[in-house]
Amino acid sequence: MNEPLPYPAAPVRHGSNSGQPMTRRDGRLKVTGAATYAADTHPEGLLHAALAVSSIARGRVSFLDVEAAKAHPGVVEVITPQNRPALAHDPDSKTLPFSFRMDALQNDRVRYAGQPIAVVVAETLEAATEGARLLAPRYEAEAARIGFGNGLPEPAPMVGVGAPGRAETGDLEAGFAAASQIVETGYETPAQYHNAMEPHAIVAAWDGDHLSIDMPNQAIAMSQASFAAFFGIPVQNVSLRSPFLGGGFGSKAILAGPQVLCILAARMLGRPVKLVLTRAQMYGPVGHRGATRQTLRLGTDAQGRLTALEHHAVSETSTFDDFIEPAANASLNLYASPAILARHDAMRMDTGTPGPMRAPGEASGSAALECAMDEAAQAAGLDPLTFRLINYAETDPISGKPYSAKELRACYMRGAESFGWAGRPLAPRQMRDENGLLTGWGMGSALFPAPMFQAEARAVLRADGSALVETSGADMGQGAWTALAQLAADGLGLDIDQVEFRSGSTDQPDGGIAGGSGHTATAGGALHAAGRDVVARLTELATADPESPLFGAGNSGVTARDGRLVRNDDESRSEAYADILARAGLEALEGTGRGARDPANAEARAMFSHGAVFAEVKVDPELGQIRVSRMVGAFAAGRIVNPRLARSQLYGGMIWGLSFALHEEAVHDLRSGRVMNADLAGYHVPVNADTPAMEALLIDEDDRFVNDLGIKGVGEIGITGSVGAIANAIWHATGVRVRRFPIRIEDVLGL
Amino acid sequence: MRPFHYSRPSSLAEALIDMRDALAAEPNSSAAFLAGGTTQLDLMKLEVSRPDRLVDLNALRGEAGHIRWDGTSLRLGAFARMAEAADHPDVRARAPMIAQSLSLAASAQLRNMATLGGNVLQRTRCAYFRDTSWSACNKRVPGSGCAALDGVNRAHAVLGTSDHCIATYPGDFAQALLALDASVVIAGPGGGRTIPFARLHRAPGTTPHLETSLRPGEIIAEFIVPAGGWFRRSLYLKVRDRQSYEFAVASAAVALDLEGDTVREARVALGGVATVPWRAREAEALLRGRKLTEEAARAAAQAAFTEAAPHAHNAFKVELGQETLVRALLQLATMETPR
Repeated sequence: MNEPLPYPAAPVRHGSNSGQPMTRRDGRLKVTGAATYAADTHPEGLLHAALAVSSIARGRVSFLDVEAAKAHPGVVEVITPQNRPALAHDPDSKTLPFSFRMDALQNDRVRYAGQPIAVVVAETLEAATEGARLLAPRYEAEAARIGFGNGLPEPAPMVGVGAPGRAETGDLEAGFAAASQIVETGYETPAQYHNAMEPHAIVAAWDGDHLSIDMPNQAIAMSQASFAAFFGIPVQNVSLRSPFLGGGFGSKAILAGPQVLCILAARMLGRPVKLVLTRAQMYGPVGHRGATRQTLRLGTDAQGRLTALEHHAVSETSTFDDFIEPAANASLNLYASPAILARHDAMRMDTGTPGPMRAPGEASGSAALECAMDEAAQAAGLDPLTFRLINYAETDPISGKPYSAKELRACYMRGAESFGWAGRPLAPRQMRDENGLLTGWGMGSALFPAPMFQAEARAVLRADGSALVETSGADMGQGAWTALAQLAADGLGLDIDQVEFRSGSTDQPDGGIAGGSGHTATAGGALHAAGRDVVARLTELATADPESPLFGAGNSGVTARDGRLVRNDDESRSEAYADILARAGLEALEGTGRGARDPANAEARAMFSHGAVFAEVKVDPELGQIRVSRMVGAFAAGRIVNPRLARSQLYGGMIWGLSFALHEEAVHDLRSGRVMNADLAGYHVPVNADTPAMEALLIDEDDRFVNDLGIKGVGEIGITGSVGAIANAIWHATGVRVRRFPIRIEDVLGL
Repeated sequence: MRPFHYSRPSSLAEALIDMRDALAAEPNSSAAFLAGGTTQLDLMKLEVSRPDRLVDLNALRGEAGHIRWDGTSLRLGAFARMAEAADHPDVRARAPMIAQSLSLAASAQLRNMATLGGNVLQRTRCAYFRDTSWSACNKRVPGSGCAALDGVNRAHAVLGTSDHCIATYPGDFAQALLALDASVVIAGPGGGRTIPFARLHRAPGTTPHLETSLRPGEIIAEFIVPAGGWFRRSLYLKVRDRQSYEFAVASAAVALDLEGDTVREARVALGGVATVPWRAREAEALLRGRKLTEEAARAAAQAAFTEAAPHAHNAFKVELGQETLVRALLQLATMETPR
């Protein structure tokens, strides 16, 4: 057993299991290599597929040397638009839930660089790869439209996943008229790619009209239904297994052309087929975070109170589908202002369609908002934290609704205290470290919605008093298996060691989607409810049985604890689950549960997780090298199910924020429209040496409205606030306000 | 993947014969040597390198994997691994610059595989060179043009460029060898020869595809680094976009022999900014005989970049390269060296 993390036990230890900093249930499997990922699947008769992808961004494929590819030893089939079998569902339609138009060889058009233009299937991966190369495509290329200067502007009535592109409250012009000071500024964020460690992979096998799929997937039941639609088979004929994901970050929640093509190849050839994208092929058909250009206008009165806040975002999307990064919506729910306007426009480019990438909209929007707030604080001569406290929102600014819970003030105070924010000089370029490096401190507020989706779960109490619980959840590395099992065990009143947890497959009840930071609340709620259902049934059995010591206690007169039902009015009278089942002659007792939000609460309250992030950076005054030396985040996100895993999630988010601020950018050649750094040597993420000492404080928050268990999410909030905190610290260190991400050497060189 | 012939000779002599025979049988052979594989295999996967034959030299470690001090020179076997040289006590104590240039390069995994000889022959990271779907790359396809001139060129060179190529030499170790006047012992089918390290790499000029002066079938066997008064007062300063596992945006390999605070001898080589390992002789000449003040360091840095020819995205490398050299010189001026 690992050393437990220091953590205040009293307010957090809600049940016997949740609140405990348990290590990952799948940890041993993973560190020993025993955990099998999709690409580790090797069914008998397996064929290997390789994609050929477009090197132009716009035009059409005029020639593929299919003969040469087919002639290569080991190549079994070459699939192009000429011979691609029909699909039951049009890949260019958008009728399936949460779906994007995809490229599945429906024609010879090329609409972005990296688009699949053929699939080569062979007996070996090597033969398939060589076959794909031998296709030697020729194109009729048209001029690529890449970059904001070359894109096609368009209004954006809808942004993100079904959110309105414009939201407002109050009288904006009156607000600016009343301002004693107006700060107008703009920020640019680049296209970024998810770059999960595990590439998108799929192994598809058909047995008659039954389809079995192994793939990493964040939305198992939804994908099952979508694949069934593509291939015209009943939903129950699709079996999908996704026990482990080597990272998803949103890119594995949405189906993409390569997956459909692999399944199609398997059906066409009557053998199982495996397709694993190369790292470079992940820069195209599987989504990315679209670039943004954002402008903000902040009016403040003489006391530093916001009188008006306007946030406009132009977000990149593809020419053929919409995912408009809802960046401006970051300004809707955080700071009190009598007038707020958030609006969006789209810029169409010859790129793969962007998609949700960890904190979609919130990350890039928060980056710009938190920097603009820093500029406004600077203009008002106020400490950035003081300025935020002056503009603290007691109710949700855009809707006027009360928050379900909001411990942001405690986050500010605890974070500032731990960081040592007090005494920070207001002016920039005042601090140097012992090596003469310019030192700066910056901060940002963190905010992320606390959504819930729909999930179902099943719990089966067994004759020996142990239990099996099931839901089709997704462990992306975040530790879902562990946190969900903790909640399931608490629902059952069992120790977690008595609970067998099964997840990650369509064999289980629909666990909903692992996204939006809502998985633990939703699937965990369903599991907990399933356990409660079992306990209720067990209670009915025992309290109605004259042989039981619980007889007559009534169905609210007992408590489930450690595998026993205990009388509330006399704790000495209790009975073990196994004994109750045995006397009732039952081999097992099954319960079910649902996870979903109470619609009345959803209507009445604004529900968010909050946080505050503080960062210290060091900048070499002559060489311009920027390094983050310290980060402290304090987060209030309802009940923390597992503080160890929650901290890891928050660290991960904060590191991602560092990555956003200083490293990540897909660089395009404007002539070809191609990403020029489509590998992990060229597309930078921070290495360990870039990652500073970090602290993630968990602030207690009792949220009685968000759901029965008081659970919010921690998966994405860590990015928000962090980007701005680092950028603001760079300004504080150097006096230079860099308005384009990532911030690099040349931005602060020789200043 | 493409099929290729593979052999693993057990001695240097056998390796030379293997390659000689391959070249004799097929004069246009694309046969290549394989050492640590950290560049060669990478480029084969990218289809940039398409050898019909690989002669694997990894059995030569016993024969040419040595690292030793012979009383006047450091002798570095070409088949020693980067990590072995970086951690070797003689290297660390006698020429810190060499150890630093090696340990600041790549990742621990790569340093454990890559050989010293292979490292100095590492090919450029120019994305237009590495992506074969770009038709214009004079280095990859002679006479085809250069897509980087008007493309994405933040990482590209400002020194030693031509209208035909601006690709940066990516390595670190080579700058140390160049600054220290190392020589290269070369084994060849017609016998051995030794050349100054400065003559190993060729600036692109009109023939960017010709990167070194090695003749077909030759193998680098050893580097000899002669000791000098500047040996210990040396350092390799590397500026990069992240703290590890990243190529230099600018680097400086500098060694000084000081008499009091006056420069008796200066050795300066620059990395990350040039098409080849770049010796800044103008800077050395300016420093020689002068007191090492910040002013002198700046004058030297300016001289080193007089000929700089930046492109759209890399103009900052001129200033950064100068600041890097100034920092290296001033750090060396105050460095404590064991006598």
